[in-house]
Amino acid sequence: MGNKQTIFTTQQLDAYQDCTFFTRKEIIRLFHRYRDLAPQLIPLDYTNKPDVKVPYELIGSMPELKENPFRQRIAEVFSEDGEGNMTLDDFLDMFSVLSEMAPRDLKAYYAFKIYDFNNDDYICVSDLEKTLNKLTRNELSEDESRLVCEKVIDEADLDNDGRLSLEDFQHMIIRAPDFLSTFHIRI
Amino acid sequence: MAARNINFDMDLHHMEVTMESPVDEDVVHSSFSRLIEEQSGSLDQGHGALELEDLSDERRDHVTYLAAPSWAEHGQQRGQDLEVAMVNDPLIDERWSSATLRVLSSMPSRTIGRSRGAIISQYYNRTMQLCRRRQTRPTIRDFSRSARPSIRGYGVESDCGDGSEEERKKDQLVNNLQKLSISDRVRMLRAMPLSVAEKSDLRKRAYNYKEGRPISSSQMSCCSRLKYYIIIALRQSWYSWLSFLHSLQLWQVPLKRVSGRFGTGVLSYFLFLKILLFFNIFLFLINGFFLVLPQAIHRPPPANLSQKFTGLELLTGGGSFTNTVMFYGHYSHRTLTSGCRHSDNASVPTDQPGCPPRLSFNMPLAYFFTIGVSFFITCIILVYSMSKSFGKSFRINKSQGYLAVKVFSSWDFKVIKRTSVKLQSENICTQLKELLGEVSRREEGQSVLHRLGRALVHGLAWILCLISTGGAALAVYYFSEYMHKDLETRVLETRDLETRDLETGQRLLEQQASLLALPVVVSSLNLLMPGLFNAVGWMEVYDSPSIRTYVAIFRNLLLKVSMLGVLCYHWLGRVAADPGKLLLQCWESFVGQELYRFLLIDFIFTVLGTFFGEFLWRMCSQRVLKRKRMPEFDIARNVLELIYGQTLAWLGVLFSPLLPAVQIVKLLLLFYIKKASLMQNCQAPRRPWRASQMSTVFITLLCFPSFLGAAVSVTYTMWTIRPSQDCGPFRGLSTMFQAGKQWMLELKTANPNLTWLTWIHTTMVENPLFLFISAGIFLMVIYFHTQVVDGQRKVISLLQEQIENLVSIVGEDKKFLITRLQTIHEQRRPPSRKTHRASEESCF
Repeated sequence: MGNKQTIFTTQQLDAYQDCTFFTRKEIIRLFHRYRDLAPQLIPLDYTNKPDVKVPYELIGSMPELKENPFRQRIAEVFSEDGEGNMTLDDFLDMFSVLSEMAPRDLKAYYAFKIYDFNNDDYICVSDLEKTLNKLTRNELSEDESRLVCEKVIDEADLDNDGRLSLEDFQHMIIRAPDFLSTFHIRI
Repeated sequence: MAARNINFDMDLHHMEVTMESPVDEDVVHSSFSRLIEEQSGSLDQGHGALELEDLSDERRDHVTYLAAPSWAEHGQQRGQDLEVAMVNDPLIDERWSSATLRVLSSMPSRTIGRSRGAIISQYYNRTMQLCRRRQTRPTIRDFSRSARPSIRGYGVESDCGDGSEEERKKDQLVNNLQKLSISDRVRMLRAMPLSVAEKSDLRKRAYNYKEGRPISSSQMSCCSRLKYYIIIALRQSWYSWLSFLHSLQLWQVPLKRVSGRFGTGVLSYFLFLKILLFFNIFLFLINGFFLVLPQAIHRPPPANLSQKFTGLELLTGGGSFTNTVMFYGHYSHRTLTSGCRHSDNASVPTDQPGCPPRLSFNMPLAYFFTIGVSFFITCIILVYSMSKSFGKSFRINKSQGYLAVKVFSSWDFKVIKRTSVKLQSENICTQLKELLGEVSRREEGQSVLHRLGRALVHGLAWILCLISTGGAALAVYYFSEYMHKDLETRVLETRDLETRDLETGQRLLEQQASLLALPVVVSSLNLLMPGLFNAVGWMEVYDSPSIRTYVAIFRNLLLKVSMLGVLCYHWLGRVAADPGKLLLQCWESFVGQELYRFLLIDFIFTVLGTFFGEFLWRMCSQRVLKRKRMPEFDIARNVLELIYGQTLAWLGVLFSPLLPAVQIVKLLLLFYIKKASLMQNCQAPRRPWRASQMSTVFITLLCFPSFLGAAVSVTYTMWTIRPSQDCGPFRGLSTMFQAGKQWMLELKTANPNLTWLTWIHTTMVENPLFLFISAGIFLMVIYFHTQVVDGQRKVISLLQEQIENLVSIVGEDKKFLITRLQTIHEQRRPPSRKTHRASEESCF
């Protein structure tokens, strides 16, 4: 108990608990995971909210993310500065959204952000091509990839503007029962 | 050119439609203006005010301008250009004026979830809706003017800066959050796609206002302070309870490792195992608390323990195990009483052991009701989880949109092992290729000959499978008959040989060992037949891999169900009908022992199968054949094995109340063995696995043939078969079911006030009509439920169609309006720009 007190105040813990899908224990555990990434950088005392960030190179080398083809996007989307350098808040946010408890809409929102490589708030053909390349490790031929993109846009684009907006995406995700279980990282 | 003209005419037509009623027009205008005000205000304030002025001016003469026929001629060309540009290049076209672009990019549909301000206002609306739903009669002042789902009302004072705009929205959101209950507030906060820092800021403000108010207004009264503390304490304890519950989660780390290496499909096997474990723990707790514990406390005087322990008993469950709490025969038929009270008076038996004057416990009754209630609760849990799982996985099962779903939701973020990641992307690649092939194949169709040949192969495969299944069932039937006769002769021989001690022991041992033959045969059939089915399945060709999986599951299921059916006949028809033939004192205990043996042998065979099928196979293929491939983990077969074992456990609960404990141990060991073997020997499955649908199928299978079959045979035993007369809680009764009836009669005579209870019992439990009716109602409810779901599905598809139509119409409207906006804007432009454009157009 004393150990917990030195890291966070009770208010901080309560706030984290209300803002993420984690319990106290998990928050502490996540903090230690976070700190293990850069022990010399992160202080053990978070009561006065130190402004430190773990650089992307270290975040991306976590075993949970290391092999993920979308790791850079994930880190970028969840980091405040958009470059993948994460504060503790960002870190908690990331695993909260990727946890089992997060609702479908929230997950879909961030999944959309992750697949939107050029940050223009639409998934357009170039985003889709990038997604496919990451998914299949460039195994699809150019023709196939083009065909898939065409079909995907054809299937999911509701307002016929040739690209997928967040609403299109959410609407499509409703029809994917597996999305909730696959867009999930156990930590 | 003609096509373009038509296109534009349509637009003109639209214009006429929208212009028909002045009221509509007004609405369109006002909402549009608000929209512009709001969005441009938030985007670019300093510049925005000026632009707004400009735009609103334009709007003012919009209508008059529209009426002018010259516009049609003038704007025709340009409108077409824009139309074409829009179709050709949906992204950005440099010919749009900057104002139009800005308006375009800030339309509500395009800003949903985009900027922080937009998110905040979106959630403001949600909280508003929630508030309204929670309050039975909302007061007027709760509805601020911005209660409409749009973001209107904010941009009225457009002179304030960007920051304060957002601040105000935030304030309103905080206000709304405060109106919600704490749990709603937390849920809302968690679901917001904002960063933790902003959320905690919102939270702090939401809590501060609320809790700060009483303190600032006056000093808190004692009562409210107490309330405050109690609330805080309750919250704290709730949090710690949640943490405690969370720490109970079993196998967090191993499950993570499994899913990290093998993905969701294999994970579903282990999750299923976990579910079964919980079912068994539940059964064990109920049985242990209400049956085993009271009986263990009231141990009857120990019989002479002449039999010595040989170790074989562990396998057969016989010998010195026979007369223990493990099996039915050991349980007393009396009312157990504590202390010095009379022991065999059953005048006022009570179901609960806790009544103070005289702790009495009516064992037969407890036995009857414990088993009945535990089956009932299990049934409810199963049906509930089944329907929930159905709702989750078969929400709208439309085939279209499949490719999009595949692209965006097939990547399993859990997988963290390098080779598995590689395998996964290979999987996805092949699946995408297959889907593309399917899309193109759908148009082609197949030749008749091809289809005929395929049907022939399928028919042949099915005939082979059915014949082998029937053969296996027949083999079990005859073998069990043979073993039954064999046991009869052995028993008679042993009885004759009672004098010579040494030889008797030898014979008994042999007799015990011979009992193991039947389970071994059944388990080896269970182990070998799926291999045959797999071999048969190889020659078949299926369009989709999921059909292949379903077919394999169905065949295996058929095999297991038919074997279990034969076995049930063996136990309930042969053994129970004539226990004297085997000189059995207690046939229930014998059947319990049989089930114990089956469970154990099944476990041993599973372990052996794991060892030989996975470990040795891997060694073989790696060392001898020098292949890099490792065996795959067959999820369907393994899950069916689990279901089979669970059916045995459910069947045996009546005859051996501690069988769930055995099953628990078995499952625990199985988890670790399977996990170790998986990590060592297997590779991730190549076939795609729709985990959520498959787990629904498994739960359904667990419910329908497995649990229902077990429940039917247990009920049959309770209702119709005559229990043993010299042992067990129901001795002296014609059926087990009589125990309840007898108790009711006693209750009626002893306590006339409780006749209503008797009445309920006679009408509800004893009356078969009532049972039929209730079962009928249950089935009807299920039927109606499925019908309703079906109807909803149809409505959903209809609505989807409508939405699609609507969206396209609205899209056209939007295009039209934007075109108009653009043209009007162009009109106001300085002429130099205009000429530039004109030259451009002429080039076009």
